[in-house]
Amino acid sequence: MAFYVVQFLTGLASAASLFLVASGLSIIFGVTRIVNFAHGAFYMLGAYVAFTLTERFSGAFGFWGGIVVAALVVAAIGVLVEMVLLRRIYHSPELFQLLATFGLTLMVEDLVVLIWGPDDLVGRRAPGFKGAIDFFGQNIPSYDLFLIVLGPVVLGVLWLLFQRTRWGVLVRAATQDRDMVAALGVNQKWLFTSVFALGVFLAALGGALQIPRDAVNHAMDLRVIVEVFVVVVIGGLGSIIGAFVAAVLVSELNAFGILIFPKISIILVFLVMAVVLIVRPWGLFGKPEAPARRTPGLTVNPWRPLTANERLAAIAVLIVAAALPFVAGNYLLTVGSEIAIFVIFAVSLHFLMSVGGLASFGHAAYFGLGAYGVALLAKMAGLPMIVCLLLGPLLGLVGAAVFGFFAVQLSGVYFAMLTLAFAQIVWSIAFQWVSVTGGDNGILGVWPEKWAASPSHFYWLSLGIAALAVVILRIIVFSPFGFALRATRDSPLRSEAVGINGKRIQWTAFVIAGTVAGLAGALFAYLKGSVFPDNMGISLSVDALVMVLLGGVETVSGAVVGAIVYKALSIWLVSQTDLSKLVLGGFVVLIVVAFPKGIVGTLEAFMHRRRKSSSSASSPLLTSRIESAE
Amino acid sequence: MRGYFVGAGLAIAVAAMATGAMSTQATAQSEIKIGEINSYSLLPAFTEPYRKGWQLAVEEINAAGGINGKKLVVISKDDGGKPADAQTAANELVSSENVAMLTGTFLSNIGLAVSDFANQKKVFFLAAEPLTDAITWSKGNRYTFRLRPSNYMQAAMLVEEAAKLPAKRWATIAPNYEYGQSAVAVFKKLMSEKRPDIQWVDEQWPPQGKIDAGPVVQATAAANPEAILNVTFGADLVKLVREGNTRGLFKGRTVVSFLTGEPEYLDPLKDETPEGWIVTGYPWYSIKTPEHDAFLKAYQSKYNDYPRLGSIVGYQTIKAAAAILAKAGSSDPEKLIAAAEGISMPSPFGEITFRKIDHQSTLGAFTGKTALKDGKGIMVDTAYRKGSDYLPSDAEIEKLRPKD
Repeated sequence: MAFYVVQFLTGLASAASLFLVASGLSIIFGVTRIVNFAHGAFYMLGAYVAFTLTERFSGAFGFWGGIVVAALVVAAIGVLVEMVLLRRIYHSPELFQLLATFGLTLMVEDLVVLIWGPDDLVGRRAPGFKGAIDFFGQNIPSYDLFLIVLGPVVLGVLWLLFQRTRWGVLVRAATQDRDMVAALGVNQKWLFTSVFALGVFLAALGGALQIPRDAVNHAMDLRVIVEVFVVVVIGGLGSIIGAFVAAVLVSELNAFGILIFPKISIILVFLVMAVVLIVRPWGLFGKPEAPARRTPGLTVNPWRPLTANERLAAIAVLIVAAALPFVAGNYLLTVGSEIAIFVIFAVSLHFLMSVGGLASFGHAAYFGLGAYGVALLAKMAGLPMIVCLLLGPLLGLVGAAVFGFFAVQLSGVYFAMLTLAFAQIVWSIAFQWVSVTGGDNGILGVWPEKWAASPSHFYWLSLGIAALAVVILRIIVFSPFGFALRATRDSPLRSEAVGINGKRIQWTAFVIAGTVAGLAGALFAYLKGSVFPDNMGISLSVDALVMVLLGGVETVSGAVVGAIVYKALSIWLVSQTDLSKLVLGGFVVLIVVAFPKGIVGTLEAFMHRRRKSSSSASSPLLTSRIESAE
Repeated sequence: MRGYFVGAGLAIAVAAMATGAMSTQATAQSEIKIGEINSYSLLPAFTEPYRKGWQLAVEEINAAGGINGKKLVVISKDDGGKPADAQTAANELVSSENVAMLTGTFLSNIGLAVSDFANQKKVFFLAAEPLTDAITWSKGNRYTFRLRPSNYMQAAMLVEEAAKLPAKRWATIAPNYEYGQSAVAVFKKLMSEKRPDIQWVDEQWPPQGKIDAGPVVQATAAANPEAILNVTFGADLVKLVREGNTRGLFKGRTVVSFLTGEPEYLDPLKDETPEGWIVTGYPWYSIKTPEHDAFLKAYQSKYNDYPRLGSIVGYQTIKAAAAILAKAGSSDPEKLIAAAEGISMPSPFGEITFRKIDHQSTLGAFTGKTALKDGKGIMVDTAYRKGSDYLPSDAEIEKLRPKD
């Protein structure tokens, strides 16, 4: 019995650490709607700075002072980031801020290794909390007890802050309806900055408090960020109490789950999230989102099919690209094939995101399913390559049909997180089902047949399929189905009123996107000759998001450019420099600032404006109204 | 619009390639190139000393006149910890740098991915660090050789000591991926053969890099084992040790632990190093052989730092590659394979041989016990165990390894 009590307390201590970080994320998201990917980076920075300070200043005062100062220092960095970077892009398309914080995260990962060195750092134990307390023969570390107390204390302080101060009232108001708060004359700039600072402070504090238990290292950020997001979503976005309850729920389920299924930890949080979101679409304590006042896909220049001249230009470019094998060597052709495959992958997500208004955080699942489909067909059934390429993506289709059915019942970030949960579940199946999938050692020897084996042939194959995929998706965009999908995106109520079955339309779009992603995965399996669980991992999903956002989410085919730029750049940088993450991250941040609507989106807006000013007869009234509606 | 960018992107790529290709042609005659791939950005704690190790080897080889008169050049690429990126790098090295062979890799799945690439493209590949048994056995191929003692070998070394323990109730804690799974499986199998009286009372499988150490320690203690097998390393190991120390998990229990004696993993533990663990590792401070002394002196004078196991692996990988290239007198893969099969060479750990039967080198490892000295963890009672003594019989390997 004593054991279960101690296990429960151990779970509570884990929950407290998780809650500190999660609460910060929840506050930031609630008010600013920023999906702060850099939250883990701030957590990690907190730990590193605290390590330096506590090593420098010994004693109880040095330790606790060091922890608090570290959190303040990192919060100051957070303020700087918010003022210099994020303020510029609050009016960018939804999720665009994710791109900026993603770039920051990449940079921080390389910077901490440059500053603090590559070794794992083990900090001091907390003065006064070094030992353990005996509980009926079981030991409870006193530091765990400290954390167990700290969690509710922080919760209480935050509650008082939000309920009893004017600032807290404003924050709560902004969480509910930030447009209305702005309309009432509240200075949003400083409200956002202060909220961001508080969130970052909590993240850094959470990181700093880990040093007596953990090893400070450069991978801490990724370890925590996804889990924290999951906790926030399970609890309900913007709900601090929800985050606390979710942290306890997840930690306790893990603490007791491993007694029965020792391998459960790898997937537990995602299972919990999937179940919670299917049963309660807005998390445990979340409220349904108010209907969006601004339409997310509203563009200054409405979409239109390419003109005849543009079509000719596109064909010309395709011909130039197809001539590459006559001038380039094998390596460049293989890179070209890889880029073409990622174009397919990115346009499939782009279709879902920009046309359907459904941002998926787990799109790699269908890419990976396509790849595994091919690998299993080729290795187990021994089917020829053409058949594998045709049938493999069907696994992506089936996956998308099953998961999409549940996912389209939700919207916004809840939709995104449910897709992430499904992707992680698929990933863990590939990872754990060693007898079929080979586990993380993957499936090897999936090489193309002779007719496609040479780099030039494979390049032509990939390029052809990529062109086909882009054309087909464009045709769908401008078909009646595409219009219905956009109607559902822009106004669910109106589209329902004119008789569009929104959920079915979205589900169909999800299946189309998943199948096209599966096709990309199928090609990828043949390009690499092997398949690994990596092919459906979170980092691949994030890459796809980055490509779409980089190209411009409000465009018809911006993802094509986003994929080419991002993939070519990352391959080139990894090959040329040891600090590829720092440079790539810096580049992403620069693009975010220079092209606040994505590369293609910003250029289109620019050209549109120029065309407008040259033919000044067009109504300036209309333009200004639409821009202010943004 | 879109077309313009496609064109621009391709143009940039072509230009980048062209400059790369030009610089490689100019010096191709007097050089011999080796392509090297490792997870530099993902695992700097291991790969930085590794890089220093191979750079030292390159320097020594060129100072001694290169390979058959040609200067040795190592072109190094980062794989970011992703098998797919490792293949891109391998492809660049082979297709556009025209390297004579590929070396390196750390993670097992990356080692396997590059090994499969080597097999497909008919390129010689000397795997440095991946521990998986599959790379030389179940998924072995004729183009792939491996330097480091495999999972099986390290398990066999530890089992020799572990079987002497009186403990009958064993628990295991291992990271939940192929390395952890196969380490536990081999250890269990070899241990149960020697000691049929042993009971396996608990197993814990925390996700790699994400251990929630408190509950894991508590759950292991609840099974009340007499001895524990640990396979976690890096940050997970630190957390496990800290929680285990505070909660008294290791009190009165013997722990057998893979790799923990390697400075990479032992040094961060500082004064929290648990004493008396039976480990494999690299006690650079207590190896007194002329070969190792020479290496140690050269390393310390070049870098003003002590070597980690990664340094040895990096150093010996390039030394082995150079020895194979010198013996083959050619960069033809078939001749390299012929030269590598059965080749013997010196190493800081004494003479090693690349076996013909499974392309595994006989480089061994040190076993010993952990201890605390001046607030730092060290290995004591160390013994070098030759790799050749801890491999299964040829008949068994014939069964494990696919025919070429």
